[in-house]
This record gives sequence, C-alpha cells and structure tokens, in this order.
Amino acid sequence: MAASMSYSGVEQYNFDIVKKFSVMALVWAVIGMFAGVYIASELAWPFLNFDSPYFSFGRFRPVHTTSVIFGFGGSALFATSYYVVQRTCQTRLISDGMASFTFWGWMAVIVLADFSYVLGYTQSREYAEMEWPIDILIEVVWVTYLILFVGTIMRRKQPHIYVANWFYLAFILATALLHTFNNLAMPVDLFSMKSYSLFAGTQDAMTQWWYGHNAVGFFLTAAFLGMMYYFVPKQAGRPIYSYRLSIVHFWALGFMYMWVGAHHLHWTALPDWTSSLAAAFSILLLMPSWGGMINGIMTLSGAWDKLRTDPVMRFMIVALSFYGMSTFEGPMMSLKEVNALSHYTDWTVGHVHSGALGWVAMISFGSLYHMMPKLWDTKIYSNKLVEVHFWLATIGIVLYIVAMWISGITQGLMWRAFDEFGNLQYSFAESVAAMMPFYAMRAIGGMFFLTGAVLMTYNMFMTIRQGKREAAALEAKLAAKLAHA
Amino acid sequence: MNFNFKHEWIETNIGLMAVLTMLAISVGGLVEIAPLFFIDKTIEKVEGVRPYTPLEQRGRDIYQREGCYLCHSQMIRPFRDEKLRYGHYSLAAESQYDHPFQWGSKRTGPDLARVGGKYSNEWHVQHLVAPRSMVPESVMPNYPWLLATKLDISDVSDRMKALRKVGVPYSLSQAEYDANVKQFGETVAKQLHIPDAQKNLVEQANFGNYDGDRSGISEMDALIAYLQVLGTMVDFSKYSDDAFVGNR
Repeated sequence: MAASMSYSGVEQYNFDIVKKFSVMALVWAVIGMFAGVYIASELAWPFLNFDSPYFSFGRFRPVHTTSVIFGFGGSALFATSYYVVQRTCQTRLISDGMASFTFWGWMAVIVLADFSYVLGYTQSREYAEMEWPIDILIEVVWVTYLILFVGTIMRRKQPHIYVANWFYLAFILATALLHTFNNLAMPVDLFSMKSYSLFAGTQDAMTQWWYGHNAVGFFLTAAFLGMMYYFVPKQAGRPIYSYRLSIVHFWALGFMYMWVGAHHLHWTALPDWTSSLAAAFSILLLMPSWGGMINGIMTLSGAWDKLRTDPVMRFMIVALSFYGMSTFEGPMMSLKEVNALSHYTDWTVGHVHSGALGWVAMISFGSLYHMMPKLWDTKIYSNKLVEVHFWLATIGIVLYIVAMWISGITQGLMWRAFDEFGNLQYSFAESVAAMMPFYAMRAIGGMFFLTGAVLMTYNMFMTIRQGKREAAALEAKLAAKLAHA
Repeated sequence: MNFNFKHEWIETNIGLMAVLTMLAISVGGLVEIAPLFFIDKTIEKVEGVRPYTPLEQRGRDIYQREGCYLCHSQMIRPFRDEKLRYGHYSLAAESQYDHPFQWGSKRTGPDLARVGGKYSNEWHVQHLVAPRSMVPESVMPNYPWLLATKLDISDVSDRMKALRKVGVPYSLSQAEYDANVKQFGETVAKQLHIPDAQKNLVEQANFGNYDGDRSGISEMDALIAYLQVLGTMVDFSKYSDDAFVGNR
C-alpha cells in the first residue's frame, strides 16, 4: 500500500523492498547496539550476568556482533544496493519475489542466529557463529541476492556499470566465497544443531581469520564503499573526484584484502611465512584504502560549505575520516612488533569499533538520512535531531576508542612488565582491576551512540509518517479535483 | 599487435567483471591456506598429543557453548613474559585434533592453553560457580548452572563419529583400534574407541569426581576434565629449548 503512494517511480523501481530493509536496518541498529551496551556493561559490572546462561557474556556477545554486522549492516547494504542498482541501471529489480525472499530469508537468519546463540549453539568462529542449518539458509539467500543483483545489472539501460555496483558485486561474490569455505562442518546428526569444523587447529584458525578479516574487508568495507560511491556524490551534488582512482583502488583493494587475514595470528602456531606475508599485504593495503577515502572526501571539494550547513553530509565526511584513520591503524597493528603488544588486548576491540562505529555506522546513517525521505517522497522530519544524533554518535565513538586505547595499551604493558628481580611485575588479576574505569567509560560511550541511533529511528519514523500523510493529502486533493471536473 | 587495453571493456561487461573479480579475490586465500595442508613442517612431530577422551570432548563442547573463547585464548606466544606467566609457547601439534580451534583472539581473562593441573578440581568448581569468591578482581560471569545441569551423554558416540569423519582418529573397527594402540598406547586407545564411549565417559567421571559430587555426572565434571588436560599432553622436558624453532 505504501508503495503505491510513492510518486518517485511507482512502476519503474521496486522501492518497497528498499523501504523494508531500511526500516529493519534501524530496528537492528537499536537491538544490536543495545546488546553491545549490555555486554560492555557486563564487563564493567559483572552482576549484570545475573547468573543466567542466557544473558552471560559468552553467549550474548555474538548476539551483539551478529545483530549489528548482519542485522544492521546487512539490512543497510541490502537496502542501499537494491536502491543504487535500480537507480544507476535505470531498471527495476528483475524479480519482486526473489527480492522479497532475500528480505524474509535474511531476517530469519538474524533472528534464528540470535536465539540459537542464547540457547548455546555456536560454531565459535567469530562473526560466523551460526550453526550449520542457518549457514545453509544464508547460502540460499545469498545466491538469490547474487542472481537478483547481477540479473538487474544485465537489464541495465546504460552501457556502463556504475562504480558503486562494482563494489557491491565484489562484496556479494567475496561473501559467498568466504561464507562457503569458512563454514565447512560435519553435523553430529541430521537433526542436531551441533557440528564440528572440517578443519582443525592451525588450518582451522587460518581459514577462520581469512574469513574474519575479509568479513571486515568485503562486508564492512567494500560494500560500504559502494554505498559511499553513490550517496556521497548525490548528497554533495558533485561528481566523484577521480574516476581513475576508483578503478585503481577497486582492483587493488579486492586483490589485497584477501591476503591480510593471517595478521590476526601473529606469533601463534601458524607458520611465520603466512603471517609475515599477511603483514606485508596489510601495509600495502593502506594505499587502496586511502584511495577510497581520498576519492570520497575530495568529492566535496568546491562544496566544503556543506560541512557547515548539511548535517547529513557531516555524517558522511566523518565516516570517511574514521575510515582513513582505522585503515591507518590497522596496518600499524599488523606490524609484528606492534601486534606483540596490541594482540589479545582491548586495543583490537577499539580498532574494530573505530571502523564499525566511525565508518560503517556513520556512512550508513548518512546514506539512510539521504535515502529514506526520498523513498517516502518527503523531507527529513527534523534536521535538528539529525544534528543531535551526529554529536551523540561522534562523542560516543571518541569515548569508546579512547577508553580502549588506554585500556589496551595498559594491559599490553602490564602483562610484559618485569620487576628488578626479573619476575613478572603484575598478576593477571591486577591488569583486570586496572581496566575497570575504562570498561565503564566504554559502556558510556556506547550508550551515547545507542541514544543517537534511537533518536534517528524516531526521526525516521516521524519522517515516514509525514510522507504518508502528505501522500494521502495529495491523493485526497486529486480526488476532489477529479470530482469537480 | 596493438593491444590497447581499456578498462571500459570490463565496465560494460558484467560477466567479465564478475570473473575478474573472482580471480582477484581468490589468489590470497589459495596462496596462504592451501599450502598449510601440504607443508609437513606446519604441524610439529611431537609425542603425547592425543584426541580427547569422551568426557573431555563433552567438556570442550561446553567450553565452546558458553563462549569461553571470547575472553580466554588458548595460544601462548613465544615471549619471555608469556613463558613465565603461562609456560612453553603453544605448538601447532597441540591443537591438531581441535575441531574447531579455540585459540581465541582476546584475553579479558588469562590464557588457558596450559591451565591443566595448575589448580585443583575444588578450586575450579568454586571459581566457576562464583569467580569473585576466588579472584576478587575478576569480571567473569558466574556459571552455577554447570553444577546443577546433568551432562547429556546420550549422543556422545554420535559426536565422536562426526569428529572421526573430519579426521580425528576415534576408532570404530578393530583395525582402527589396533592402529590407535600402536600410535597412542593401549590406555589411550581404549578411550578413543567409539563403541565404549558412554562406558568410558562414566568411568572417567566417577573416577575423577571432578565436581566433588558423586551423585551424578554434571556438566561441571566434563568441563573441568577438559580444563585439567589442557596443555598437559606434551612433556617439554623431553625436548630442547630450540627443538621447534624450525617449525615457525
């Protein structure tokens, strides 16, 4: 019904699916970030585990990661990719049924995954914790997504495939590849949720972190670069800064990312050659990463005043800045000597969140603020609230990252400190005690960020309502006119 | 021949773009993962490492279920401080039967790769039920349900069969059993025999009495049996300090 009221391309495009995914992106953002704040609080105030298996940190943490990465991030990607591919190819998605299937299938994946973790089903592979039946569902949804996306591109009315679509395509292909090989497992029984990984020990670890880092590289980076390549020029009203740069950094990024996963396994039982190779590629990766950042930020050249006047633009530029910062921090942490200090500490957690909150969430917020009013053919309900959201989010991220830098480096230094007799200076428990203020600070940073997301959800809810009312009023007016004539 | 490449060819051909993208993203994984299955030195040749007993494996399942790996690593790095704190650095061989691996990525709590034998069973029970009663600074959740929940042993042989399919040398036939006797010795080989899985599990639990309660076998029994074997399989006094350097 809502679709029939939209005036921007009722026939031409399938915006109904884009609307559904957009709304769910916000719902999952709130759920996932709430789960994040909750588990962060558990670390600061352990009584919050409430002696309950269902809320204990170990079972609840994947609820947070899955809900934000695949629920919020995934929905935002489905929404924007369906929007972008239709707009840039000037054609409708090839199948409404398939589009609808990807929506319900993907929602089922997240809901089933979250409940299964709480009940104790997990493959214990970070960011791929879903057990095998859910993995199969993901595979089916994903192949449908691929067919739908590529099929739509094949029906394009333009000879050229727009650059945003290259990135979305790379993300869909890479995710299929990674998901398939990282989830090879033997179920205990056809009717048992439990399975055992096909690989063991070293090979298993390598496969997992090849997946793990490329979940970051393709799901959380390439795809969001696709988003960036459409929405930043749109919002800025200017063309992409450099076409040549986009070509070079696309191929370099796609090729190099796949090599870097083993930097998660420095100094482990993985052979040195593998992790050294990964470190070398991690350093190289700085260049294509910054290529993307420069291309995005420079797109604004000549329109810098928008940073002052347009709060949506500000989300996007801050996102690109955090992208630049965390893609510098990452290669630095992949150096073996730095990694010796940073690995196993909160520094890694801080690094992930500077990418996840600073880049992924901020560019998604910006893009959704751009897209959702257009979908419902109206204006943003309150620009003031967008402004407030921006500051809450930015302050939240800074609190979070700073807390994790301090706690991470403190942990690393305390663990390796020796006294004058050559004994370890601190017990492990002392290092845990030293973390307490920073765990609290991190949880508060998360609360800021969550509050911003809640405000956005309210703002978008009101925007949608406003859009529907305007459409209804217009329809009534038309009907009245027709009756007169 | 004048071969004048234009990126436009790719930009206007979705098939070509998809194929080239697939090629670009496949190389890294192939080069870094595939050789690990073929290079012999990847896994050290070392005595003592064996698959888990049925009770230990059930304990490992619970360790995985509760997400312990999210706060505890099982991978000691070759640093002076880690040697003092945790012991000899971890070998690849020590996790060669670990499906899935539990190396972890974060130490909110200490590494557990060699926690076996460091604390008594009683300490573990008390610590798992109420961590802060033993370590006041701890932020670990309480796990009272492990003591209260009876261990499900009904599908233990199915679990071992699944593990056998992915390469763990649990035995089904007499020939497989004999091979295990040769490789691990008779005591271990008996534990790895799937037809005796339930009997072995009950015997080990009753003999070990890990949770201090003889009335039944709890999840606590299994988890502690697992924790107590971690890092104890290799006798490092048999090897020189640089015995494994070549494997790195």
